[in-house]
Amino acid sequence: MKISVTVNGVVHESDVEPRTLLVHYVREVVGLTGTNIGCDTSSCGACSVHVNGEAVKSCTMLAVQADGQSITTIEGMATDGVLHPMQQAFMENHGLQCGYCTPGMVMAATSLLKENPNPTEEEVRLGLEGNLCRCTGYHNIVKSVLAAAAGQ
Amino acid sequence: MIPAAFDYVRAGSAAEAISLIGQHGDEAKFLAGGHSLLPLMKLRLAAPSVLVDIGRVSDLSYIKDAGDHIAIGALTRHMDVETSAVLQEHVPLLAHAAGHVGDPQVRHRGTIGGSIAHADPASDLPATTLALGATYIAQGPNGTREIAAADFYQGFLESALAADEMLTEIRVPKMQGAGWSFQKFNRRAQDWAIVGVAAWRRNGDSGVALVNMGSTPILATSVSGALAQGASVSDAAQLAAEEAEPQSDLNASPEYRVHLAKVLVRRALEAASA
Amino acid sequence: MTVTDDRPSAVLGTRLLRREDPALLTGEAKYTNDLDLPGALHLAVLRSPYAHARIVSVDLSAAQASPGVVAVYSGADLAGEWASPMPSAWAVTADMKNPAHYPLASSKVCYVGDGVACVLATSDVAARDALELIDVRYEPLPAVVDLEDALSDRVVIHDELSTNSSYTWDLKIEGTEGQVEQAFADAAFTVKERYVQQRLIPMAMEPRAVAAVPQPFGGDMVLYSATQIPHILKVMTALTLGIPEHQMRVIAPSVGGGFGSKLDVYAEELLCVALARKHRVPVRWNEERGEGTVATTHGRGQIQHVELAADADGKLTAVRIRLLADMGGYQQLITAGIPILGAFLYAGVYDLPQAYDFSCTGVYTTLTPTDAYRGAGRPEATYAIERAMDALADQMGIDPMDLRKRNFIRKEQFPYTAFTGLVYDSGDHLAAAEMAAEMADYDGTRARQKAQNVPGAKKLLGIGQASYFEMCGLAPSRVLASLNYSAGGWEAATVRILPTNKVQVVTGTAPHGQGHETAWSMIVADKLGIAPGDVDVLHSDTALAPLGLDTYGSRSLPVGGVAIAIACDKVIDKAKKIAAHQLEANEDDLDFTGGAFTVKGSPDRTMPLAAIAFEAFTAHNLPDGLEPNLEAQVTYDPPNFSWPFGTHICTVEVDTETGQVDVLQYVAVDDCGVQVNPLIVEGQVHGGVIQGLAQALYEEAAYDTDGNLKNASLAEYLVPAASDVPPITLGHTVTPSPTNQLGVKGIGEAGTIGAAPAVINAVVDALSGLGVTDVPMPASPHNVWKAIQAATNNSQGASK
Repeated sequence: MKISVTVNGVVHESDVEPRTLLVHYVREVVGLTGTNIGCDTSSCGACSVHVNGEAVKSCTMLAVQADGQSITTIEGMATDGVLHPMQQAFMENHGLQCGYCTPGMVMAATSLLKENPNPTEEEVRLGLEGNLCRCTGYHNIVKSVLAAAAGQ
Repeated sequence: MIPAAFDYVRAGSAAEAISLIGQHGDEAKFLAGGHSLLPLMKLRLAAPSVLVDIGRVSDLSYIKDAGDHIAIGALTRHMDVETSAVLQEHVPLLAHAAGHVGDPQVRHRGTIGGSIAHADPASDLPATTLALGATYIAQGPNGTREIAAADFYQGFLESALAADEMLTEIRVPKMQGAGWSFQKFNRRAQDWAIVGVAAWRRNGDSGVALVNMGSTPILATSVSGALAQGASVSDAAQLAAEEAEPQSDLNASPEYRVHLAKVLVRRALEAASA
Repeated sequence: MTVTDDRPSAVLGTRLLRREDPALLTGEAKYTNDLDLPGALHLAVLRSPYAHARIVSVDLSAAQASPGVVAVYSGADLAGEWASPMPSAWAVTADMKNPAHYPLASSKVCYVGDGVACVLATSDVAARDALELIDVRYEPLPAVVDLEDALSDRVVIHDELSTNSSYTWDLKIEGTEGQVEQAFADAAFTVKERYVQQRLIPMAMEPRAVAAVPQPFGGDMVLYSATQIPHILKVMTALTLGIPEHQMRVIAPSVGGGFGSKLDVYAEELLCVALARKHRVPVRWNEERGEGTVATTHGRGQIQHVELAADADGKLTAVRIRLLADMGGYQQLITAGIPILGAFLYAGVYDLPQAYDFSCTGVYTTLTPTDAYRGAGRPEATYAIERAMDALADQMGIDPMDLRKRNFIRKEQFPYTAFTGLVYDSGDHLAAAEMAAEMADYDGTRARQKAQNVPGAKKLLGIGQASYFEMCGLAPSRVLASLNYSAGGWEAATVRILPTNKVQVVTGTAPHGQGHETAWSMIVADKLGIAPGDVDVLHSDTALAPLGLDTYGSRSLPVGGVAIAIACDKVIDKAKKIAAHQLEANEDDLDFTGGAFTVKGSPDRTMPLAAIAFEAFTAHNLPDGLEPNLEAQVTYDPPNFSWPFGTHICTVEVDTETGQVDVLQYVAVDDCGVQVNPLIVEGQVHGGVIQGLAQALYEEAAYDTDGNLKNASLAEYLVPAASDVPPITLGHTVTPSPTNQLGVKGIGEAGTIGAAPAVINAVVDALSGLGVTDVPMPASPHNVWKAIQAATNNSQGASK
């Protein structure tokens, strides 16, 4: 099926099988491998991207459902060689270790702040309930998101 | 994991969707937000040969004040239910419960209609709308009909919807200031409830429904009956599992579920009575 | 107090931000599954649905005809590819029974997930679709799920062994025969406890991934893998496949966490290389989470029998340990040795006379093989002693903190020769415990507890402690030899100063989230007086870094980092010769500070390292006989383990109606010696603590009686999210290790080691008034509720 998807501001016209998941489309068709796959069950959030500005698990959406929509992946967050403030906050607060969950965390966290610009620590923790990390114990991830919120 | 191969068709309207599903028969499924169906398809626990995508039927995403009730389009996303000022004012229990479905990413895609039509006893919104005495509107080839929530859930993942019917609207009575509580007991915030309770109370009236206490969402009529007859909250809560048939799984034995239901119903009613 | 905040220099000890981060934060970093490998075929492995069964027949014909399929193989088809069975590097006893097993089973399967056939296809989807078309007929055999059942040999899993017991390893201390029995006979108090270390699934966020790229005409084979051990993997792959080692190159690209689960040589790594060799094209495999839960090694899995003897003051007089260790269906790389890594630590941080009796029996079950998991043997040991200490305190009617203080090895006893003969390098357990108690308001919490935990209270407060010692910095090679481990424990480093005074460091460590590039650059910058940004760190590619023993066991800093420091010293020594030559001074008269050599007392006679580097490069004017260039290579074998320690205190509130445990506060005071980068140290502790807390409260690989994993996904295996865990309050003391020049000890596993016993001690403490004396891990609401029910029923029975 032919689809047209705007990925990080660039329109991509592709022909995909209907069963192609958005995450596979982004990784294998568009070639942006920053979006990671961590599970089969919509549990881990590593594959989170923005669809029309909102965080979505790209493993639980078909590429054909994204036809005509605007997708932002982790590769679209930094601009002109400068990290997005959320990326910068993760760096400054050691909010990542192995980095595998990080793209999904950053996408979920930016979506969270869009909906709730001044969250409490508890709201940040709940807002990231759909993203799993095995390295950081979340302490510094939460700190990073609060720092990014404070810096807005 | 990716689903088994299928054909995909996109419907522009409810009528077109119903017509498409009629053409393709039993092997076809509606795809709304996809957050109930796609996980099953990825694990190949479901393998429909045709998906009729109703996600673009934009006129089914709405929340309207309809006098004595609020009308919610079936394709309204959980996030929109959660944050709706109209619902927060008139049906705060539902808005609150919608905020507990899955996680934010799920709530950005999943829809109230999809959740209800999937009829999962472990989901939050089927039980919540059941407690609230909601009416569901189903549209089929021959028009629309109303189905009371109490008549809708017929078995595990089985509803009163015919194969060629589509859930189009959820009508939820206004709560008119009733006290309410939603108790979701789980181990991780993102998970389904081990046991959940949606409850409201206004004078002698009440509605109590249980999540994950049987093959369908359970209306705890004995509790409401006892309350109507003047029983205390703690006495009524002892009847919480009268209508339930809880299953055993990794997180709970049936006995523990029954115990939890009693505790959580009591807590819910205490909160709703406060 | 040993607390010192002395910073050895301007760089070491600072919170330098990680250089690794920008690439990881932007998606630029490439994990194995991100590699673009044109023409690669995709491997998929068909796995046994039975825990134990004979393979009757394998019909591949339908799969062979499936679209996109290039080849399909059974285990028997590939039998000729292997020069030897799957490697296992640790025969803990001379008579250990270890059945040969191969990347694909051909006659029998021994766990759900055991590979029986594989498909090569043009895409991952085509390969996986074809798996469904392979028809394997099995003759099911009874599963062996329970450790004690396995020990009974009711069903023998490996016919050729005629028993499920693989080995029994005893820790014997010569000349102490009878002392343990005597101590128990003389004891004023004894405790006898049984604890279960549930099986855990490591669940690194990056599933495993492998790609093998052959050069059919050039002769070389490159193996990319999401591994912690590129160097060990290179040797083992070469041996197992009969590939000359010099033609094997292993690269670990960005690796998304390991926690021990990527410290292995896996069937899929060997299959990719074998099939790339056979088909002369690249072959790749990526693990799905659902298959990873059964096909990647598990951790823990022990039944622990713990006995303590104490005198009237509560002073420990003897420890007796009997372990049963669940090895799973086969041995993987170091399966047998994991419980042995904890064998020396069952007396914890306490001053024990030579009365220690340890024995461990490793048994096969029809479950996924176990192997290293964060802490590997040491969390199990610490859990056992720290839970048993609470049981002893309970029996004596004294505060558990008090009991610990009576038993701590005292600061002035270090270096402390333990009952095992091992020498504990340095420590101050009392200082760490007192700092933790103060931070946790231990006394105040006890007072609040007294007020809150009244009869009938629905919410009960509990406070729990764990004081730990970690034996890390694996490891002195001679000690490994005495444990029958088949490799050494050294680490290699090269420091190379480039002509423009930029530095390349080559390390044999293999980071997968630890931030070695940042930390190693800090060590070098400090040594050479240059900016960390001028240091490049090369690692995880056996062609660039041919020597190394990789990353596990909290060894990278105390072994690999120290090797780098020594290599810097050697470079400086050589540079000094050049400086002396050019400054026409005696070497002894030169000082090296701030990146320059200066003649003592003549500050104007100075030569910066940058100038020396260029001189060494041009080689126009070097001392006679001195080789050009500034480079030093070091292989460092540590003289001792390093012994980080600390005290963790957890405060919980338990809802007695639901069994829900809420962690109100978690305080961790850790001492890893000198901290190279506190930011990274803290991150390691945070993550470790939550992993240990997850064992205590959330996680368990749950099997049914047929050996099926019931929670084979992240939807059901409960790795907690941010919403499910508390923030962590950290403190630290600094007690430098005297055995290495940096004074460092290692911090990778400490959090995990302290957390599980601290949390469970707190839960049991909360419920002790109800008569609860133990709660199994995980202390899920259901398990806690059941423990309360059982205790309540008991006390009702007793009062009748």
